[in-house]
Amino acid sequence: MKTNRTKFLAIAILTTAVLVSCNNDDDVVVTPVIPATDFSGTYVQKDQMARPAINTVFIASGTPKDNFNMTTPSTMGATYQSVFQSRLLALNPGYTTNALGQTAAQFTGLLATDVLGVAKSGTTTFFDGVNVLTGRALADDVIDTELLLIFGGPTGGSNPGLTSDNVDANDKAFSTSFPYLASAW
Amino acid sequence: MKKSRIYLGLSLVAISGLLLIAADHADAPAVTGNGNDITDVYAFQGENTSNMVFVVNTQGLLSPSATGSATFKENVMTEINIDNNGDNIEDLVIQAIKRGSKMYFFGPTAPGTPGTSSTVKTSAAAGSVEISKYGKTPNIVTSNGMKFFAGPRDDPFFFDLNQYKAILAGTAGGFNNPGTDTFAGTNVLATIIEVPKTMLGSSSTINVWAETKQKQ
Repeated sequence: MKTNRTKFLAIAILTTAVLVSCNNDDDVVVTPVIPATDFSGTYVQKDQMARPAINTVFIASGTPKDNFNMTTPSTMGATYQSVFQSRLLALNPGYTTNALGQTAAQFTGLLATDVLGVAKSGTTTFFDGVNVLTGRALADDVIDTELLLIFGGPTGGSNPGLTSDNVDANDKAFSTSFPYLASAW
Repeated sequence: MKKSRIYLGLSLVAISGLLLIAADHADAPAVTGNGNDITDVYAFQGENTSNMVFVVNTQGLLSPSATGSATFKENVMTEINIDNNGDNIEDLVIQAIKRGSKMYFFGPTAPGTPGTSSTVKTSAAAGSVEISKYGKTPNIVTSNGMKFFAGPRDDPFFFDLNQYKAILAGTAGGFNNPGTDTFAGTNVLATIIEVPKTMLGSSSTINVWAETKQKQ
């Protein structure tokens, strides 16, 4: 009994000493609480992009472009199909159909909803001569594809000076392995 | 006749102030100079064909001398949106956001509330990677079957943009052959994520788009 009481007393004294010690240290070293990384808050859309060059080609600079960038894709079609069609016919007044057989309304109806269709199996490419809109690979010549669809007419043979920019590849080779993109210049 | 009509059309477009800057480089006033401007989005099958790779590039046309000081912003979240059922509403998101010297990744996970306003899906933390420095070996982290990279890379986009502008301005009748890659020798800040396809839902195709979202 007596031994226990002594022990308790000793523990109490020790505890007090430790507490005092801690208290004295407060001004110098705060208890090492590691703050959790703060990811709180609400984040609001500023830019949106899927298919290459599409919103820049079909939407005017300045406020219209900002507005398009802040639109969610599910509401783009209703708002922007007619805008895209006007732009398409301004770029190419002779547009009838393109190499995919699309009328101006069909083509711009597809483009105005800016999402990139991606296949979960097989080749992923914007256009490789066989597959159409199954993804976008680094080496895809997306500009030539778009120029061809905008200017090339139903056979792809119209306006030959406007259907390719004659830049067919990147200026650095890509890697077959992650992270795939070439090192910075 | 046909050609002159086209040039007339192009000239009218140029006069009306439509400035074409592709792919999406130097995009719009609200995203200029604040880390929000997405230049390009890529989605392709990985070296391991069971995986899908997503690339979101921002801050385009960085010269080599400007690349070392270009930084991701802590108030800008990059979000890859994935639609599984063709309604163009995201069913899954993958988020990336910088804290300190690292890029943190979340998802793929349901967005909760889809659309233009988001929170970071901290319950679906996927991993983090030290942001790679200019001119150094890339830092790559593999976590939860996913691979992560964030940092400067060569801009993979290629286009004779200057000649296209000249065509629109009516000072050129067509492209040159060979053309000149306006994006040669320039860099971007790349966020690259490789994900097992099994984590992207059960549909045979997906619709993909990227967003940058800024903290309010």
